[in-house]
Amino acid sequence: MNTDPSILSIENLSIAYDKDKLAVKNVSATIKKNAITAIMGPSGCGKTTLLRAINRMHELYPNISTEGKIKLYDENIYDMSTIKLRRKVGMVFQRPNPFPTLSIYENVIAGYKLNGINLKRSERDEIVETSLKNVALWEEVKNSLHKKGNFLSGGQQQRLCIARTLAFKPDVILLDEPTSALDPIATAKIEDLLVDLKQNYTIVLVTHNMTQAARISDNSMYMYLGELIEYDETTQIFTNPKHTSTQNYITGRFG
Amino acid sequence: MDKTNILLDKKRTEIIPDSFIGRNARNRLFLGVVIFFSVLTISMVFLIIGTMLFKGYHQINWAFFSQTPPNTFEAMMAKSSGNIIPGGIVNGILGSLYLVVIASLIAIPLGLLIGIYLYENSSKKYAGVIRDITDILQGVPSIVIGLIVYLWVVVNVTKGYSVLAGSVALALMMLPLIIRSTEESLKMIPDTLKEAAIALGTPYYKVILRVLIPTSFTGLMTGILLAISRILGETAPLMLTTLGNPAINWNITKPVGAVPLLIWQFYNDPNMVDLIWSSSLFLMGFVLILNLLSKWIGARRRI
Repeated sequence: MNTDPSILSIENLSIAYDKDKLAVKNVSATIKKNAITAIMGPSGCGKTTLLRAINRMHELYPNISTEGKIKLYDENIYDMSTIKLRRKVGMVFQRPNPFPTLSIYENVIAGYKLNGINLKRSERDEIVETSLKNVALWEEVKNSLHKKGNFLSGGQQQRLCIARTLAFKPDVILLDEPTSALDPIATAKIEDLLVDLKQNYTIVLVTHNMTQAARISDNSMYMYLGELIEYDETTQIFTNPKHTSTQNYITGRFG
Repeated sequence: MDKTNILLDKKRTEIIPDSFIGRNARNRLFLGVVIFFSVLTISMVFLIIGTMLFKGYHQINWAFFSQTPPNTFEAMMAKSSGNIIPGGIVNGILGSLYLVVIASLIAIPLGLLIGIYLYENSSKKYAGVIRDITDILQGVPSIVIGLIVYLWVVVNVTKGYSVLAGSVALALMMLPLIIRSTEESLKMIPDTLKEAAIALGTPYYKVILRVLIPTSFTGLMTGILLAISRILGETAPLMLTTLGNPAINWNITKPVGAVPLLIWQFYNDPNMVDLIWSSSLFLMGFVLILNLLSKWIGARRRI
């Protein structure tokens, strides 16, 4: 195990959509290992872009230009192959998106299947079981592993998507408002799950929900208009923010 | 306040009901007109099917599906002694299937690839041009397609009427349908699904092959089946490209029979009139089954 407490370091990252429309402006930050880091901010502040930049999903948008570096351990992710990077940095999206044509079992090992990695049957079974147990879904689906996942509830589907990400044994898991499409009970389950998962994974979470950030994150970033205004321990941010902009956002004056 | 809220303005809200006088009567009138024309359309369809069943059913027997057509003399003899016309249209059935299979082999892969290209590059100028050309191709009269293929294939490649020429003509007619239905059904897949695959590090060609195509499979199949049922009844381009053949033929460079061509031949022979109806009944039934099949597949669409 690497004892260095930081795993990702973002260095002077700027991302522009069109020539001069900056979505992320010169952001630098280091993200701690085995912790939950929340990114907050009002709509359009660049938090999703920043999150997507960590596994280069933002490059799917047309006319994007990126400056600066993000280092995973000591390797610049913009020099890595996206395939290798996305194996180490997994992503969970706003809406649960299991593959509708695959069974629950196949969904969990979809990463291996889609990348043409052949596993022995015993290995596959083990990965599926462990991943589903990690997201507390095993007991609920163990008798219907080979059925399609469309009978699952939204919360179960989202946990299946997290299991799919875990199955690839990533170092970092990125979550883009993972509970915004879920009801409060399903949300609570996912939050508990994330807190459990941070023992083994580093979690970066974009959230619109400030109380969620306060409940589960260790560190919080506050972004506004593409700039990283404040980045500190969550308790600091919520009890004693240094910037008035952060304070206004947290107290609900705007956002 | 100089600008009043239109929704709270009492004067205005009191005016509104007056303009709705007679609304129910107008509603009922409109509904009546709509129902009248729907029933008219539906009854047309039933009339067509009914006429064909009524006039064609007595010719439908095993021989109809297993034998080639009689010559005009045999038909005349049978008619004059009060029997049904002997023989059948097996050359046309097999020929039509042969043409459709070869046309599909040409049009389906090409149509899918172009459709995927259009979906992936929907905003590019070049894609717009292809889309326009596709629309134009769809609008080209089938007889013109027949003429062009006559020039290209009949004259220059097979040196005579052939299965290949007919299939190329039919493929040209299928192509725009498949291209557009492919693009449309791919567009229905939520982007999040594509993202899910990409976020797992999947190479892009595999996202297309393993995620997009399986997910939109029902849509793609519906488009293909509709395209096939569209070309099954085509007659004009086949007259100029495969001509017809009274015997069964499997040689791709030789002419072949087809059900719509046979209908045209029967129409021109007063002794064979009865076979027109049974052949039409067969063609119609086949197209109907394909249509129902595509509807059934479409209804099972998952996303």
